Amino acid sequence: MTELLLSRHRELGLTDREYDLIVELLDREPNGVELAMLSLMWSEHCAYKHSRKLLRRLPIEGPHVLLGPGENAGAVDVGDGLAVAFKVESHNHPSAVEPFQGAATGVGGILRDVFAVGARPIAVLDSLRFGEPLESPRSRYLLERVVAGIGHYGNSIGVPTVGGEIYFEESYEQNCLVNAMCLGLAPRERLIRSAAAGVGNVVVLLGALTGRDGIGGASVLASAELGEGDEAKRPSVQIGDPFSEKKLMECCLELLDRELLVSLQDLGAAGLTSASSEMAGKGGVGIDIDVSRVPLREPGMEPFEIMISESQERMLCVVEPERLGEVAKVCERWETLAARIGEVTDSGQVRVLNSGEVVGDLPVEVLVDKCPTYELEPRGGGPPPAANALRANAAGSGPTAPRDSLLALLRSPNIASRRPVFEQYDSIVQSRTVRRPDEADAAVLKLPDGSAIAVSIDGNGRRVACDPRRGAAEAVYECAANLACVGAEPLGVTNCLNFGNPEKPEVAWQLTEAVEGIAEGCEALGVPVVGGNVSLYNESPTGAIFPTPVIGMVGKLPDASKAGRLGFLCEGDAIALVGEFEPSLNGSELAKLQGEPPHGPLPDTESRFVRDAQRIVRMGVRSEALHNAHDIAEGGLAVALAECCLAGGIGATVELPGDFELFGEAAGRAFVVSGPQDRLTGFQTIGRVGGQDFEIVGRLKLPITELSGVRDGGLRYA
Amino acid sequence: MVGDAVPLWHAERDLKGVEAVIVPGGFSYGDYLRAGAIARFAPVMEDVIEFAQEGGLVLGICNGFQVLCEAGLLPGALLPNASLRFVCRQVELEVLDPDTSFTRACARGQRLSVPVKHTTGRYYSPDPVHALLRYAPGQNPNGSQDDIAGVCNEQGNVFGLMPHPEHAVDPLTGSTDGLRIFESIRAEIDDRVVA
Repeated sequence: MTELLLSRHRELGLTDREYDLIVELLDREPNGVELAMLSLMWSEHCAYKHSRKLLRRLPIEGPHVLLGPGENAGAVDVGDGLAVAFKVESHNHPSAVEPFQGAATGVGGILRDVFAVGARPIAVLDSLRFGEPLESPRSRYLLERVVAGIGHYGNSIGVPTVGGEIYFEESYEQNCLVNAMCLGLAPRERLIRSAAAGVGNVVVLLGALTGRDGIGGASVLASAELGEGDEAKRPSVQIGDPFSEKKLMECCLELLDRELLVSLQDLGAAGLTSASSEMAGKGGVGIDIDVSRVPLREPGMEPFEIMISESQERMLCVVEPERLGEVAKVCERWETLAARIGEVTDSGQVRVLNSGEVVGDLPVEVLVDKCPTYELEPRGGGPPPAANALRANAAGSGPTAPRDSLLALLRSPNIASRRPVFEQYDSIVQSRTVRRPDEADAAVLKLPDGSAIAVSIDGNGRRVACDPRRGAAEAVYECAANLACVGAEPLGVTNCLNFGNPEKPEVAWQLTEAVEGIAEGCEALGVPVVGGNVSLYNESPTGAIFPTPVIGMVGKLPDASKAGRLGFLCEGDAIALVGEFEPSLNGSELAKLQGEPPHGPLPDTESRFVRDAQRIVRMGVRSEALHNAHDIAEGGLAVALAECCLAGGIGATVELPGDFELFGEAAGRAFVVSGPQDRLTGFQTIGRVGGQDFEIVGRLKLPITELSGVRDGGLRYA
Repeated sequence: MVGDAVPLWHAERDLKGVEAVIVPGGFSYGDYLRAGAIARFAPVMEDVIEFAQEGGLVLGICNGFQVLCEAGLLPGALLPNASLRFVCRQVELEVLDPDTSFTRACARGQRLSVPVKHTTGRYYSPDPVHALLRYAPGQNPNGSQDDIAGVCNEQGNVFGLMPHPEHAVDPLTGSTDGLRIFESIRAEIDDRVVA
């Protein structure tokens, strides 16, 4: 009997000690329903067991912050009475198991997080990581299906996918990363929190029927390593229905417009269990849920299944009893199911009833606050994970002539044109998109008053593997640099920490250092973290992924019509370098092509130099002194210059010191800009825009048609 | 501004006295069955069909074009793109016939820069059709027959096109070439009122 129960909690992902703690806290054994609920609420995914303490290091305060970490999404004030809510979240393991639906529901989930705070989703961005596409059919398959899945959901629901990034590294071969970020726009006063309130108020479930999909997704998929036999986990992946979500979204936004809701919460990981516990926890109240009132997609579902189902396109809200009629009317108009499934109580308990009979009764506090948090035991600085060193065998075979290196870099999957991917996304629906993918370093979306917001998502696992602290800070710098290139000033950050198994000392060290790096980067630029997500246990039998913190950043520019561009514009413009730039080949794309494993250190740059360079570019773009601006990232200065030529369809000639490291990298700190000579006084000019060739005098000269042919072909679908 | 938009609701049989109907793009009913196949049965479509039969101007954009084909207001059908993928891209269109209610503000052969974004945009018709717009040479994004981007009915009062002229009306977000289509409709309505 005991043996049976023991194996049950282990199967659900709880350790023996955690189970003992539950028994101690409850002063009894949990029943089956309760154990299922607790196993999810105490999973890494829901409880942040290994990261909660670390995350306290991140700066969260800032003058523009309206909603901070802990809400469904963070939000910042963008002026004119408007708020922008945003968040990034991972859907890595579902996508590794079933890429199309995994990615689609990743988008669906992050959209719900944003409209749960009352904001209308206006943009999606994605950060993707796969294994090497040239060598791995699996990686090409995952890329193809993940991109299709993102498009399926975003295009259909009518939210533009305006940007993103993709990197390919062997360490993601089994465990791909799919991080989706969403931004929403709301009148400031419409932002709503998720705390349940008002004893006697009614708990209403909105949206799709509840089925057996995604049972235990948070614990089975999101909180354990991937391994053999994952095919069998497919039933744990949910199926997305963007049309249902479109109706649900319009319904929720109208309910909020009419001020009919006390609070609103999306149903994501751990379904009703998590939504009800979170709402009760934040409100300091209790919630009763009667599972017999939940509309089901299939008969015979057990109470525990109903409580933990991760069926998509559902929201939970709290309504005052006298507003129920109005709520029903709005839901009917949007063909959205609304079921009265419970009520707010003063018990401090989440009680699960089945036709009135109590089948589960847990203190809210135990569900949301009592899960033990674990100290990491970092030990690091050693060599990066073994799987990533395999490529070292190829060392020494890389090209050497600058011309050949440039062509090899432009052709390489990490730098090649992303057009084959972003053309599969609707980037312009809703008519706000001022800068489309490939037109600028950040997406730009106009606001009603003529100003605009800019958004970028960035992270480079190879560089974080080299040097977790500087690599993570660099991701923050690069995001801010992307914003500077369109003339925007950062307002807030969201982040997704994708790491391996934190119980391994090396991974614990990477995680600790990377969080420190993000904190340092954000402090240096004075930009707060308003929310995020942690995805651990990204491992496969060959080892952990590269440590991959992904940074999403939102900024603002005063005049949408002056948003910066990536491409060179005018024949005869002077080209200049901005920033303290000491590029190094460590962790660079060229080093990767030459077969070097990642190793540090990365360049260290005093934060005031980073800040200054970004300010100069931002002001130059705003004043229209600069006709283009592009941050120097993967592939170094040579690739950055080539990209400016290709985006503008015009050549350039530059002269550089003979020992200049053309392909060295130090992302986020230095920029290629161009403009009329007389407006670039005081800039470090290096050449001129013009002609049909890209030339670095004495080093390389190539027609831009050849460059574009090579760059366009690198990521073409098979 | 070329006109005031009056939103019509799919479930209500009421055109609210509008002067022209635009069936917009989107993914009606998720396009789970076949693009436009279900929306064609929306109650408001009965009124749109009547309105068209009485000579009213009806413009279908993207999914709206698909709906109008499904409803039999326009000839032909839209098939999945030759690539079998969604494609979002700015393309150049050529005006084939400027002597219609929908293109009268254009010149013959004029190029319009307008975006497309669809999965099911490959126009096909077994019979000759009255094409008003085609993709410029080398720019066909979907494998459409004869590079056709937009067709009108025999009476010349119903027009459908896959590209999105409503996404080409503001220099901030792209070109303003799409305005030519809406200005044409405006001018046609003004003439009709005078007549």
